[in-house]
Formats: sequence, C-alpha cells, structure tokens
Amino acid sequence: MDPSFLVIQGISGLTMAMILFLVASGLTLLFGVVNVFNFAHGSFYMLGAYFAYTFVSILGFNFWVSLLLAGVAAGAFGMLMEMLFLRRIYGRAEEAGFQILLTYSFILIIDDLVKMVWGTEYKSLQRPDGFSGSVELLGMVLPSYNLAIIVLGLLVAVGSWLVLSRTRGGRIARATAIDREMLSTLGVNVPLTLSLTFGIATALGGVAGALAAPLRSVTPGAGIEVIIDSLIVVVLGGMGNFWGALLGSLIIGEVTAFAVAFVPDWASLFSFLVMIVVLIFKPEGLFSPAKVRRA
Amino acid sequence: MESNKRGWTTQWAGIAVLALFALLPLVKTSDYQLTVANNVLLWAVFAMSFNMLFGVTGMLSFGQALYFGFGAYSVGLFAYYQGTWWFLPALFLGMAGSGILALLIGPLVLRLTGVYFTMLTLAFAQLGWGIVVKWYDFTNGDDGIQGIMPPAALSNKVVYYYFCLVLVSVSVWFLWRISRSPFGLMLRCIRQNPSRVRFLGRRVKRNQLRIYVISAVFTALAGGLMAGVDNSVHTGMWYWTTSGEVILMSILGGMGQFFGPFVGAAIMILIEDMVGARTEFWSMVIGIVMLTMVILLPKGVVGELVQLKERLFKRSSALGV
Repeated sequence: MDPSFLVIQGISGLTMAMILFLVASGLTLLFGVVNVFNFAHGSFYMLGAYFAYTFVSILGFNFWVSLLLAGVAAGAFGMLMEMLFLRRIYGRAEEAGFQILLTYSFILIIDDLVKMVWGTEYKSLQRPDGFSGSVELLGMVLPSYNLAIIVLGLLVAVGSWLVLSRTRGGRIARATAIDREMLSTLGVNVPLTLSLTFGIATALGGVAGALAAPLRSVTPGAGIEVIIDSLIVVVLGGMGNFWGALLGSLIIGEVTAFAVAFVPDWASLFSFLVMIVVLIFKPEGLFSPAKVRRA
Repeated sequence: MESNKRGWTTQWAGIAVLALFALLPLVKTSDYQLTVANNVLLWAVFAMSFNMLFGVTGMLSFGQALYFGFGAYSVGLFAYYQGTWWFLPALFLGMAGSGILALLIGPLVLRLTGVYFTMLTLAFAQLGWGIVVKWYDFTNGDDGIQGIMPPAALSNKVVYYYFCLVLVSVSVWFLWRISRSPFGLMLRCIRQNPSRVRFLGRRVKRNQLRIYVISAVFTALAGGLMAGVDNSVHTGMWYWTTSGEVILMSILGGMGQFFGPFVGAAIMILIEDMVGARTEFWSMVIGIVMLTMVILLPKGVVGELVQLKERLFKRSSALGV
C-alpha cells in the first residue's frame, strides 16, 4: 500500500473529524450545561453554511470575516430559539421527550425556511484566497484548506477547553451543570447563562457549516446528515464530555474516511456499526466512567 | 388514572370511529378518499403500537421505521420475486420476522435507558435503511419496488380497504386488551418508577422486551398492508423521518390516551394531504403545528379534550348543579 495514500485519507478523515468536533462540542456543551438534547443542532450547521455563502458570494466579504459573521448569525438564531421556545419547557415532566420533539420541529421549520430564502438548488463556495491549492510537506502534496481546517479545529478545541476550565464564565457554565438553584442564590443570572451557552454552542455549529461549505456543496438537508453523525460522536464520547467529543470525532472521521477508500458502497454504515459496538460494550460512552446510565 | 367508566367511553368511542370508517366506502366520492382513509388506518396502527412503547412504557424508540420497513419489504420482495400469491403469507411472515428481529435487537437496546436508548434504536434503524439502500441487486435500492398487487380476491380497492379495516380493528382491540391488562398496568408502573417495580420482585427488562416485540409485530403489519395500498414500497419507509413521524402523531393526538395516536395519525395525514396540495412547504406547517402543541398543548388533542371535559364536569358539580 502506498503510504502517501494512507496519509491523504488520514488527512481527509482529520478534516471531517474537526468539522464534526465543532458541531459535536456544541451539542455536548448543551447536554452538559443546559441539559438539552438539541436535535436541531445540524440545522445551525446548515444555517452557518448558507450565511457564509451569502456573505462571501453575494455581499463580497472576505472569507474569514464571513466565517465569523456566519457563526455570530447562527448563534443569534440559536439564542432566539432558546429564549422564545425551549425555555418554556424546562423542568416539565418527561422533559427529554419534549426537547427532542421541540428541536425536531425546528429541523422541519429551518429546513423549509432555508428553501424559501435560498432556494433548493445547490450552492457552492470558493475556498479562501491562498488556500485553494496544496502544500508540499515531507515530500507529500496535501490540500492546504484541509490543513487549515485541522489547525483551526485544534485551536478551537484548546481554546474552548481553556475558556471552560480557566475563566470565570467557564466556571459559571460548569457550575450551572451541577446546581442551578445554588448558583442563582449566589447572584448569577442563570437564564442568561443558559441562553449564552446556547448561543455559543449554535455559533460553533454555524462556524463548522461555514468551514465545510467549500468542501461540500451547500444544500437544504445538509443539517440532517451532519446531526446524525454528530449524535453518534457525542454518544461515543459520553454525553456532555468535552474530550470525549474530540475522541469520538476522530474515530468517526477516520473510520468514515478509510471506509470511503476501501468499501465506498458501504461507507455510510460504518459510523452506525461503531456506535452499536461501543454502546453494547461500554454503554456510558468511551470517556465517562462515572455516570453509568444502565438501569 | 383511568376509571372503569372511562374505559367504557374509550371503548365505545373506538367502536364508533371504526364503524364510521366502515361506512366510508358507501359515501365516498372518489377512490382517492379511500386511499387517504386507508392511510389513516394503517398509520394509526403504527402510531398506536409505537405509543405502547412511548406513552405507556416510557421508551422513546427512534427506530420503529426498521419494523415498518421490514414488514413492507417482506411483502414487496415476496410479491416481486415469487408472485402475487405470496402477498398474504408474506404479510404474516413479515410480522413473524419482525418479531424475531425485535427479539434479537431488543436485549441489546434495552441495556440502555433514556437518550442512549433512543439513539441506539435510531442507529439500528439507520443500519437497516443503509442496507436496503445499498443492496441494490436484491432490494432495487432507492428505486423501490413498484407494481405490488394484492392477490386477486383483494384486488378491488374497496375489498382491500375492508380487509385492512378488519385487521386494523383486530389489532386495535388486541392493543386495547394489552393496555387494560395486568401486563399493561405493569408497563405503566415501569414508566413511572422502574426501580420500584424491581423492588416489588417484577422483571423490568423482560416486560420491556415483551412490549418491544409486540410493538414490532404490529408495526410490521401496518407496513405490510401499506405495501398493498401504495402498490409499491420505497426506502423512505426505513428512513428515520418515518420513525419521527409516528412520534409526532403520538404527541399530536396525546401520548397519555389510548386513542391519542389514532387521532394524531388522522390529523397528520389530513394536514399533509391538504397542505401538500397547496404548498411545497408542508414540512414547515407540520413543524409549526408540532411546536405549538409542545409549547401550548403538551397533552395532545385527545388529552386536552379529556382534561377540558373533566374541568367542566368538576365546575358544574362544585356549583351543585
């Protein structure tokens, strides 16, 4: 086997892993802090891609600026969803089921909204200037945009970890996950914290969609594809576990990339197989040993 | 929760509704109405057997499309490869096969609870969908199978409708009996407090597995009969949106009520039918309806009506009328 082929597949797997990680880390943040299972997270990924397309191709903004703006716009949308709708069902009996339903209804609504605003035809986005070609590294030719995504993904991973573990805001977020009532008696505005967390998480999803837009075409329904993969990632890593999400993304990204290379017809099934195997042998996910959800 | 008296009202309401469905062929003005009514009946069975898991036992499965597709494709494939004569045997083979499949998958998914259970059922169903889409030589992949005809005796639309109605009525009766039996009571206890059920010396997993298998068998029946209504099967029957749709139907009608999913199925099919004819954005309409239900009427149409009735009743008795 040609080693450079393996490296290229590995790089493409890493690229997919980083995009998945951006989506899944938002998802896992929501599950950990807000205790919400956001089925519509993929829709914010899709919104991010469409916003980026609008900023770059229609308004003519710089790609990296558009990336940021797409994240902000998707985040604003996410905060609105939380403040206007999700907030109303917190604490209701059998909340988990209603959360899945409410967010599922947003999948349907956002999907059609996108069709209304941007139409149903495929949109494509150019790679940013300076990243359209490839670079030579250790005698191998590698696509530079993929490398940029990998570096960016790692930066976001380390950055989010620093924010969560080293800053006051991060500490409040982690405290919210443990005891909301105590936190509000200490004078923290808990509803605002939850909304902000929602905004940040959906913004991460939006950035992921914008980053992926030049690699895949932008279509309605893109959200549904990505949500299932990122759910698998989150479940693999252990719900609400940040580093678990990273590990899960790496596994799913690489498994899919190599499955595409060796058994292209059946590639889409491999992520499900991985999830089934992991859930059967380690139901609590790979990374969270403490909270076993086995009844 | 349900008094014996309420049990009777529910029973009579059910009989009345099925009788109305039986009268429909006499007053219909087009075959299309018959197809819509048949769709309502079959989706109602699908949704009600799903609700035995969700509303009664508290297991939110996101993978019921697996058994629906299995039932539909066993009819479709047998009719396609072996001829029309196999339609009926395939229907029952599909139900049996679905039960066996559920018996195999059940113990695996039941090791988990909550969101993990939901996701694992989703994963199994998507795996089934993937296999059907990719195994082109055997299943025709995304092209589906067309031209599935019920056997000659049932080939008339009206006859086939009555055939479905009888099977649907029997299924509804059977599910009703389960729901009112000690076993049904056990399932409700499992939803409310599994550890107490275990404490009382009853097996949680075994009862959950039983209802999981029963639900799969009736889901396959609905799928198999659907193959005869549409005269075709397609991979969309296996897709996760199909599982999503029955969840919506249950919530829409009221997951705490026996006939809730039936009403939900009827409303949903009618919305899809009416809105689908006028605008391509029908899924947005469904989304908005669902959002409104979740926020404002979480008990579903039937549940809210029952509550309204109780409130009115209470007020009048408080006034001493």
